[in-house]
Amino acid sequence: MTKEELIQSENLVYKKPRLLNDTTMHYCPGCSHSLVHKLVAEIIEEMNIEGDTIGICPVGCAVFAYRYIDIDWLEAAHGRAPALASAVKRMWPDHLVFTYQGDGDLACIGTGETIHALNRGENITVIFINNAIYGMTGGQMAPTTLMGMKTSTCPYGRQADLHGYPLQITDIAATLPGTCYVTRQSVHTVANISKAKKAIRKAFENSMNHKGASFVEIVSTCSAGWKMTPDKANQWMEENMFKNYPLGDLKNE
Amino acid sequence: MGRMRGVIVVDEERCKGCRLCIPACKLGLLDLTSKKVNRKGYPYVQQTNWEECNGCTSCAIVCPDGCITVYRKKTEE
Repeated sequence: MTKEELIQSENLVYKKPRLLNDTTMHYCPGCSHSLVHKLVAEIIEEMNIEGDTIGICPVGCAVFAYRYIDIDWLEAAHGRAPALASAVKRMWPDHLVFTYQGDGDLACIGTGETIHALNRGENITVIFINNAIYGMTGGQMAPTTLMGMKTSTCPYGRQADLHGYPLQITDIAATLPGTCYVTRQSVHTVANISKAKKAIRKAFENSMNHKGASFVEIVSTCSAGWKMTPDKANQWMEENMFKNYPLGDLKNE
Repeated sequence: MGRMRGVIVVDEERCKGCRLCIPACKLGLLDLTSKKVNRKGYPYVQQTNWEECNGCTSCAIVCPDGCITVYRKKTEE
């Protein structure tokens, strides 16, 4: 059998989702953002709701998310994505409205908006990419930075007396009565990608069924900010990030 | 007894050479180009021995940029 005989449309088993367009993503090689974009595009395509979906872009590395997935998008001010999503979902209750935010956007400048939108039980999904660093601005310390982790603004490692402790925003979200589904996933292996995809799909279905706010944290890598190769960054994440951010469902109602 | 035959097609211009697909391939069939780069200057991934591929799609699933398309067919060889 030759390659040409095998490369036929009837033998196709996996390709880039149709909703992920041909624009090359600006993310660094091996970035978890790209993979989560791919998952979101796959899920919206499988649920067949591309015309009824409105995504809210954050400020941060994912600020250009609207360039890559062919659905309707809005761009929020820094940290204000859950507030904007609340408004959009109330105007279009039959649409899927989700925000896509990093840890600098969601857990730092937008903590207030995030907690209040979740606590109000808005029927939105929040996708939270946690890589424990400010990736876009050059690897500064974020609220989620691990103890002892070196960044450009804590070059000797994060210390409790000087910088405080990592913020467990997902654990906080799980205590709020407005949330119906709170989970923490990762996308570094095939099995974890499959679990993360199921989690995002469940969150989207909850939003469509008006069950309350869903919160999906994806523990991610930032190979450029952590100054590692992408596969080393995955290893480092397994060894260090998962101790502080254990994977699994925190709330499932 | 038949076996699954697979082959991948890499979008060479989209690939950033992040190497995440290389350990994902349990048969060790992938490697980066050593001398060629794409228009952005990245070496890109290619299948070194496509005849061994069983089309498991692991490489394509872990590819962050969706550069890999997988074809698979059961053969009677």
